[in-house]
Amino acid sequence: MAAVQQTVQQVAALEGDKYKHGFVTDIDQEFAEKGLNADTVRFISAKKGEPDWMLEWRLEAFERWQAMDEPTWAKVHYPKIDYQDLYYYAAPKAKDGPKSLDEVDPELLATYAKLGIPLKEQEVLAGVQGAPRYAVDAVFDSVSVVTTFKKELAEAGVIFCSMSEAIREHPELVKRYLGSVVPTSDNYFACLNAAVFSDGSFVYVPPGVRCPMELSTYFRINAENTGQFERTLIIADAGAYVSYLEGCTAPQRDENQLHAAVVELVALDDAEIKYSTVQNWYPGDAEGKGGIYNFVTKRADCRGDRSKVSWTQVETGSAITWKYPSCILRGDDSVGEFYSIAVTNGRQQADTGTKMIHLGKGTRSRIIAKGISAGHSSSTYRGLVSAHQKASGARNFTQCDSLLIGKHCAAHTVPYIEAKTASAKFEHEATTTRLSEDQLFYAMQRGLGQEDAVALLVNGFVREVLQELPMEFAVEAQKLVAISLEGSVG
Amino acid sequence: MLSINDLHVSVGETEIIKGLSLRVPAGQVHAIMGPNGAGKSTLSYTLAGRSGYEVTEGEARLDGEDLLGLEPNERAARGVFLSFQYPLEIPGVPSLTFIRSALNAQRKARGEDEVSAPVFLKLAREAAGKLKMDFDMLKRPLNVGFSGGEKKRMEILQMAILQPRLLILDETDSGLDIDALRIVSEGVNAMRAPHRSMLVITHYQRLLDYIKPDVVHVLVGGRIVASGGPEMAHDLEKNGYDQYAKVPA
Repeated sequence: MAAVQQTVQQVAALEGDKYKHGFVTDIDQEFAEKGLNADTVRFISAKKGEPDWMLEWRLEAFERWQAMDEPTWAKVHYPKIDYQDLYYYAAPKAKDGPKSLDEVDPELLATYAKLGIPLKEQEVLAGVQGAPRYAVDAVFDSVSVVTTFKKELAEAGVIFCSMSEAIREHPELVKRYLGSVVPTSDNYFACLNAAVFSDGSFVYVPPGVRCPMELSTYFRINAENTGQFERTLIIADAGAYVSYLEGCTAPQRDENQLHAAVVELVALDDAEIKYSTVQNWYPGDAEGKGGIYNFVTKRADCRGDRSKVSWTQVETGSAITWKYPSCILRGDDSVGEFYSIAVTNGRQQADTGTKMIHLGKGTRSRIIAKGISAGHSSSTYRGLVSAHQKASGARNFTQCDSLLIGKHCAAHTVPYIEAKTASAKFEHEATTTRLSEDQLFYAMQRGLGQEDAVALLVNGFVREVLQELPMEFAVEAQKLVAISLEGSVG
Repeated sequence: MLSINDLHVSVGETEIIKGLSLRVPAGQVHAIMGPNGAGKSTLSYTLAGRSGYEVTEGEARLDGEDLLGLEPNERAARGVFLSFQYPLEIPGVPSLTFIRSALNAQRKARGEDEVSAPVFLKLAREAAGKLKMDFDMLKRPLNVGFSGGEKKRMEILQMAILQPRLLILDETDSGLDIDALRIVSEGVNAMRAPHRSMLVITHYQRLLDYIKPDVVHVLVGGRIVASGGPEMAHDLEKNGYDQYAKVPA
């Protein structure tokens, strides 16, 4: 049989069971009443013991959301979501909230252990040399269950905690920055998030501090019919540096689950933020049943001169992805980067890309997007590059490459380019290729088995982007890409 | 020893190879010459196991073991190496990574230990030196942006590292200038060994001035119509293939 044809058939034969994180944790949980109204918003705010200003902020967002319409411009199709048929808050039952790891429900620890996420600092610290050492904030459904390495980070002056805690402990920082990058009414899903967000991570790196370790958040959706609305805010003050990684998984369920997160990044003068995502939400089964709707707003404000933000994403999961991590290049000579690998298989649909908005002088941006489509999936790159009148000397380089595996998948590239200054230099390159039978045969003639040959070719295709991930996660991401195309890739 | 017996190969509905028999004993170099469309490339692809080349009759064995029932990578592990007329480009995969993956895949299939990175690098460095290749080139993605001559040299380099038992050179001289031809030929000649069979497939006699065959076969219309010593190549260069065109089908 033709090698490519065989690969295609193997990919097509994949069922939902290839998803390794599809288990459900059996744990006592507390829910808000199903449905959404102002009382739901009040309930969530009260549950978290929030101050009045926060509740007011939420209620105002809720008001606005009610007047908004769900966007339809993305190249994705799904049945209408009934927002009254969802739970907006689910939390593992705990008495007072765990003070240390010893108090965390063992079921939860077991869940994260099963996902391969190190929550036990002692073990990590005592662990073998070269073991990954990074601080983790673990978010389970609507709440953050534990944050590790807080003490060590605090010594460096870095604040890394759950959003709920930040609202209580660092209200000045939250008030100043929350919603300053993604305003409440920015878009339908961001507005919904502002009203009902439950938890997420908060990071503040003070001036001149280089965060001593990688920070990461692992999001886990567990409960049924529950939307996850986390909110992340990262601020790198002048001259600070931080590298942050988020990972996401969810159980395998027949119904669709909504995930509408908001991530805001603020980089002040000379600051740098590196934000990496390895997204592996449950993608649904081969017929397209179930899976996560991943409708996420991520935006960075390069507010300071010479600031820099890099987004790196490896997207393999979710039934539908609607996501455009963007950079507002406000400061002069600020830099925005976007590196993306989006793998779709089965019936997955992804409409993803970035926006680089050049406002300051001498701003630069770089976009490398790699899409791999297999099965009956559809993958769209949608990107905006714009230069404001004042953004003299703005530069952008964009490269979008699509790799097709099989005959039933699709790849689209939709670039929007707007330059309002004649001194801007924008370059756009795009390619679409099919996994080549010739290349496969060549690699197999040299001794590589079919799966290894496909893996090698696919890895070559995404290499530029994998190189941008933090070391420990590059390997993980490489494996994830392989698993997503399992059957054809070893 | 490579032994091919009454081989028939079809591509789509068309039979290209029509009863070909051939023996290449270990330690010998045989040349296959023939006009365009005679079935030269079909023969090399069939021996390497490319899909789309359907064997309808006959057999091909390497040291007694049947090749035709094996996947391309299984044949490679048993020592079949095809030097491509047009080597493929593999974007994003450094040449060293590619060759090392191939070598270790072959070794694994044979139940041997994998070669460690330092040992492999030493191996690659030596092989590159002999072929007068800049070692930095091996760090670049395989064949991407290489000239025709560089690609062919890269094929010979892979051959030298993989140490096959059966070497098939498909139109290796195409696209080579005279200096490159000499270097590539030296590389091939260095591979001559008592346990190795070589099949040199070519349209022109030129290559055979550098790689001296023990036997020359003439392939016309999917069959071997004549065999002889090295002098036959010169005869063909002078008189062309037309003298064989009338051979009854």
